[in-house]
Amino acid sequence: MNALAIENLSHSFGTRQVLQNVSFTVAEGRMCILLGRNGAGKTTLFSLITGLYYARTGLVRVFDMAMQANPSAALAQMGVVFQLPTLDLDLTAGENLRYHAALHGLPTKLSKARSREELSRLEVLDRIDDRTCALSGGQRRRVEIARALMHGPRLLLLDEPTTGLDVPGRRALEQHVRDLCRERGIAVLWATHFLEEVAADDDVVVLDRGRVCWAGPADRIAPELGVGSVAEAFALLTGSP
Amino acid sequence: MKVDHALRALDGILRREMLRSLRQRARLFSAMVRPLVWLAIFAAGFRSVLGLSITPPYQTYVLYEVYVVPGLAAMMLLFHAMASSLAMVYDREMGSMRLLLTAPLPRWYLLAARLLASVIVGLPLVYLFLFVARFWDVRPPIMGYVAVLPALVLSGLMLGAFGLLVSSMSTQMENFAGVMNFVIFPMFFASTALYPIWRLAEAGPVLATIAAWNPFSSAVELIRFALYLRFDMVSMLVVVACLAAFFLAAVAGYDPGRGLWSRRGGEG
Repeated sequence: MNALAIENLSHSFGTRQVLQNVSFTVAEGRMCILLGRNGAGKTTLFSLITGLYYARTGLVRVFDMAMQANPSAALAQMGVVFQLPTLDLDLTAGENLRYHAALHGLPTKLSKARSREELSRLEVLDRIDDRTCALSGGQRRRVEIARALMHGPRLLLLDEPTTGLDVPGRRALEQHVRDLCRERGIAVLWATHFLEEVAADDDVVVLDRGRVCWAGPADRIAPELGVGSVAEAFALLTGSP
Repeated sequence: MKVDHALRALDGILRREMLRSLRQRARLFSAMVRPLVWLAIFAAGFRSVLGLSITPPYQTYVLYEVYVVPGLAAMMLLFHAMASSLAMVYDREMGSMRLLLTAPLPRWYLLAARLLASVIVGLPLVYLFLFVARFWDVRPPIMGYVAVLPALVLSGLMLGAFGLLVSSMSTQMENFAGVMNFVIFPMFFASTALYPIWRLAEAGPVLATIAAWNPFSSAVELIRFALYLRFDMVSMLVVVACLAAFFLAAVAGYDPGRGLWSRRGGEG
């Protein structure tokens, strides 16, 4: 079963067309990298998938549930890390996680246990009682990922999660998410413009100026386009230097 | 929507509002000081120049302080609602609003829960003000403090729903200065909060008509009557009708298909 299926999705702001007939799928338990330059439409796509924007044209299905018809059921399966930080800086890391758990209907006892478990997995348990305004950028991102996992989602969406992190921080975060994908069978859609975040066994969707210009396993993109690397393939597809 | 899920979400939203409110001490302090400054300075000055005739719910001549306290209680609710609305615009700019709106519950329920939580958090301060006002000889009947609770809740919800509507139409926090100048201050001053309507009629019939139609006046009168164990049916109906209208418009404003968000571009 597909964790996420996007079918002929289009969106515009006034007369400005941002997405045009976008279609792709993310299989259950797979890591899919949504690759696109700044302004390619990745964040708009995330907003449509999460129901922040209403998709007038096309369909978004999460585990076969149409987002437009049953947003609550579809959202219950999703964990989301937005491009903009969404932590409440007045609250501690633990309080942020428990707030999210409450929104997803988790009982208090379970919420407390799970917040410790997720923060421990992401190696930030020692900051559970610290206000998030006191955490570093990398720690905040980890807390956001821990929060997105609180309700046990089967699909994790991350919109440029490594933006603003240093290289070791980026690698550590990427590794954590890959471990999650492997150990828990969570499907991941990871939007980025960093080509080095693509691994050989990932699936890749290349988005350029609102259109999908390539979709498939990462290890096939370069051979199919007759180039030597993912970076060259991306440059060829998007016309970037 | 499952009831236990809905209640847990409401509890979570309420806890968050309370924690944030307690940790923003400067905001708490100024919310308490503002009406006291009005009571201690403004009312003291007006007391000598503004005569008040006997108007319901009062059964005798009253001091200006006695007249103005219900209006100042409503002012606290109004400014609390606007602060809450500003916090929603801030949450939207900072991204944390996304978390609320992507929770697996109907959007109208999430907005209603946020509205209710905001009112609940604001009520203790209003009660504290009403008790402090006793030092200025504003002493309504003890049962009035109980009777005023539903009036405060209804008025708080109406003003909160109005703030929610304003937040759904505001694209950025800077717009709030305009909202304060062109909406909130006229709403407060062109009402019965500070002067009875017959006094406004003396100043000009247009101002009196505006005050009579101003829903904030209805909130003030509902609170004033309830505090003195009287019930103002017309004011209550106006407050309930405005609450429904403002809330429905706010829900439409936050609708992903119709609201401002879907017409405005994202980050990239």
